[in-house]
Amino acid sequence: MNLIKKEFFMIKTDILIIGAGPTGLFAVFEAGLLKLKCHLIDALPQAGGQCTEIYPKKPIYDIPGFPEILAGDLVKNLMKQIEPFQPGFTLGERANTIEKLDDGSFIVTTDKGTKHHAPIVAIAGGLGSFEPRKPPITNLSDFEDKGVEYIIRNPEMYRDKNVVISGGGDSALDWSIFLTDVAKSVTLVHRRNEFRGALDSVEKVQELKNLGKIELITPAEVIGLVGTNSLEEVVIKQGAEVFNRECDHFIPLFGLSPKLGPIADWGLEIEKNAIKVNNALDYQTNIPGIYAIGDVNTYPGKLKLILCGFHEATLMCQSAYQRIFPDKRYVMKYTTVGGVEGFDGSKKEAPKAVVKSID
Amino acid sequence: MKDIKIIITDRHGVKHQVDAPTDMNMNVMELVRSYELAPEGTIGICGGMAMCASCQCYVESNHELPEMSYDEDLMLSEAFNVKDNSRLSCQIFIKEELDGLEIELAPEV
Repeated sequence: MNLIKKEFFMIKTDILIIGAGPTGLFAVFEAGLLKLKCHLIDALPQAGGQCTEIYPKKPIYDIPGFPEILAGDLVKNLMKQIEPFQPGFTLGERANTIEKLDDGSFIVTTDKGTKHHAPIVAIAGGLGSFEPRKPPITNLSDFEDKGVEYIIRNPEMYRDKNVVISGGGDSALDWSIFLTDVAKSVTLVHRRNEFRGALDSVEKVQELKNLGKIELITPAEVIGLVGTNSLEEVVIKQGAEVFNRECDHFIPLFGLSPKLGPIADWGLEIEKNAIKVNNALDYQTNIPGIYAIGDVNTYPGKLKLILCGFHEATLMCQSAYQRIFPDKRYVMKYTTVGGVEGFDGSKKEAPKAVVKSID
Repeated sequence: MKDIKIIITDRHGVKHQVDAPTDMNMNVMELVRSYELAPEGTIGICGGMAMCASCQCYVESNHELPEMSYDEDLMLSEAFNVKDNSRLSCQIFIKEELDGLEIELAPEV
């Protein structure tokens, strides 16, 4: 018998950060200066939160010391800044449940069953976890996982199947292109003739359309689904005309929108879709040991700014340190004085002045 | 510069007439948030970059609005519950000529 309990593989860390946006990432740096290790969970497949998912190419003008920086570059810089502190990542998974143990530490389990154990939990969840935007088709949920998928997890599922994709952005275009090599047929339905995706993707779809590998139905909309046990047909409205199209899969790809999700049920005090914290002290929530930093929290005078998130992350780490080591004395050290000692053995510090006498 | 009146029907169908400043570089999405006519986190998610459609509204009066930018137009092409009079309220900046503007917030999706 080879029964291995999943609990044995629990990820252990000092501060478990939920949300890998700029605030969560910077918390890793501040924790690292205090020799605390961090692990981050994020529902998106990559770090950066909204900065990467929604507006990577937008310039930000209010990051202190940066007259202008693209959101994507800010995330790149943060990743570089925290690299010496070797943060762990659980990406593409959503933090679902939290359990407080007798010793005051927490176990956070994701929707995929990954367990994380830490004495401190810092929720840096922004506006929540990003969930697929679902088109308003009345019986859509009846077919979820019975032919309707919002995220393509395993492309092999579509081998030799008839697939209908709807949407007009990059993911709709890219998956349509990709699936032409896998699926029996690919039909792309979009409300407009124009697409919002990258130019080379649009051109590639045009080329595949000319070759008869993608059928483009525009301007049109999928308005209904038909099937007994699983999806058999989609109902398409093109102008005044309504017709059915046989298919095995319907994949609506309309981007993602953030939802507070399961965190709302963790017993935390919620106000205006955000978590109430003590901003006079350390951004702790009503549950000792759980902090909330960045856009996800609220307090009198709260501003949802990246720069405020950085400040909150810094104070949170000091408080977390005191909580983990109640008996240790510590004074904050400037990086100009102490440098940065990574967990990877790297050390950054100001170059020493050369003392040389003049003869 | 003076305040103008804007009439906003919230997502529960309730009409609100609110004062809107013309000198704060504000848009209608921000106006809705400042009067808390829709819960935080359900409107203006992208902050006003025409990148999320959470602030979609229907323009009910005959005011002449600035033409849609390419970004707004394409964002609306992917949004839900879109009608001919749909706009992203974050792209409607509050100006004196919009006095009396009437909008209705589109449903939350």
